[in-house]
Amino acid sequence: MKERLDETVMAMRAARELKPGDYCNLGIGLPQMCASYVPDGAYVQAENGVIGYGPLVTTDNVDEADVGLIDAGGQFYTPAPGMSFFDMVTSFAMIRSGRLISILGGLQVSENGDLAIHSTSEADEYPQVGGSMDLAWGAKRVIVAMTHSTKDGKPKLVKKLTYPLTAAKCVDLIVTDVAVIEVTSGGLVLKEFAPGWTVDEIKSLTEARLSVAADVKVMEL
Amino acid sequence: MTAKICSAAEAISVIKDGDHVATYMWSMCGTPGYLYRALAASSATDLTLYIENFLPGPPGTMELGYPDPTMLLAHVKKIVTPFLGGRFVGRIGITSDFMGDLIHSGKLETEVTTHGVFVERLHAGAMGLGGFYSPIGVGTIVAAGKETRVIDGKEYIFEKSIRPDVGLIKAARADKLGNLVYHGSARGANPVIAMASKVNIVEVDEIVEPGKLDPELIVTPGIYVDYLVKIPEDDISGAKNLKELAKFGVALMNTKGVK
Repeated sequence: MKERLDETVMAMRAARELKPGDYCNLGIGLPQMCASYVPDGAYVQAENGVIGYGPLVTTDNVDEADVGLIDAGGQFYTPAPGMSFFDMVTSFAMIRSGRLISILGGLQVSENGDLAIHSTSEADEYPQVGGSMDLAWGAKRVIVAMTHSTKDGKPKLVKKLTYPLTAAKCVDLIVTDVAVIEVTSGGLVLKEFAPGWTVDEIKSLTEARLSVAADVKVMEL
Repeated sequence: MTAKICSAAEAISVIKDGDHVATYMWSMCGTPGYLYRALAASSATDLTLYIENFLPGPPGTMELGYPDPTMLLAHVKKIVTPFLGGRFVGRIGITSDFMGDLIHSGKLETEVTTHGVFVERLHAGAMGLGGFYSPIGVGTIVAAGKETRVIDGKEYIFEKSIRPDVGLIKAARADKLGNLVYHGSARGANPVIAMASKVNIVEVDEIVEPGKLDPELIVTPGIYVDYLVKIPEDDISGAKNLKELAKFGVALMNTKGVK
């Protein structure tokens, strides 16, 4: 089997979408890791009430772990100059303001940019909505960072969602472990693929109709 | 009334059977775990629990001081939450299928919402509103069974306000009047729960004399605070122990490799 990008590299690639001056909320899971790779001049927000925080605490600097400095998914972050704290009413007003970019995880994305993230079945006893619906509705740009296939090899880029809808027509870009795909009014467009992969191989892993950008290229890592 | 400084057990005794109790829960950050332990030891039953996250900890962590909300289950008939944990897939191998058993048997009712809607429902309650029309979750599980209305061509869902009987709050420091300051992202929904709830019980690491907190930096004015409980320094829910638990958390979250 071909090598897919690991979570760290996916987080690096997703974080590279941010430019100086951008503010970006990071969702739970892989997106949390982006905090450690944000370019200078861009700032990350966590829904529980912080913006402008620094890289995550690792096992190398565990003594810096502060029980008051936790991100959306319970990871410890380091403080950074200019960071600010606020309550969650302020946080969600910010999230719905259209001023933030959002990097979310995902379970499925459809051809027209519908997103499923909170559960895999209507009968699920534990729908984990969190802030995903607020973010998908309120962000100015939604980037989904997720694996291209499920653990048992099923495609996550689908024609129509089979999992419950989180938010309709909200996704702008998808960063997977093999590709970068843009959601356009004409459907999904392959922009980049991982080193060692071919366009046809990516297509074979994708249920959704996938067109190929004229300037498609190998992902720069 | 100024804040009454008392033990957790005395404060928790104001909770009556059938009360609606609101609390913030975000892992160990800003979660009033000391009060959870007092509530777990109380006789209150049939509570409706409005909780920001319901996140069971991995096995063994409750004993280490993690504010595991499963300790409240015996006292609760309904949970309203944006995030009902218990089946994390991936990073942390948490399982708690007993939650599913409780839900299936009808012993535990649940209602799902979103973080933004949850805090705004509390905010509306604080403002005395009956509810509001929200665009979040149209066409999803969150909209099920709710009134909808089209405003300026867009569809909205009616969301009822929340006005809890009792709020369980965590703050970093209080003065003796109940003025509160928080620490870091532990602020969370604690301030809005304080504004929305009819009676508030607040646990803090430190209580100081009036005048010792900078009035410019007070987040929750003492008018909202009814009971103040100081967490004993060496308690399992205390700051010192949570610092140790944080180190454990870093290892658990497996951030190794993140540079």
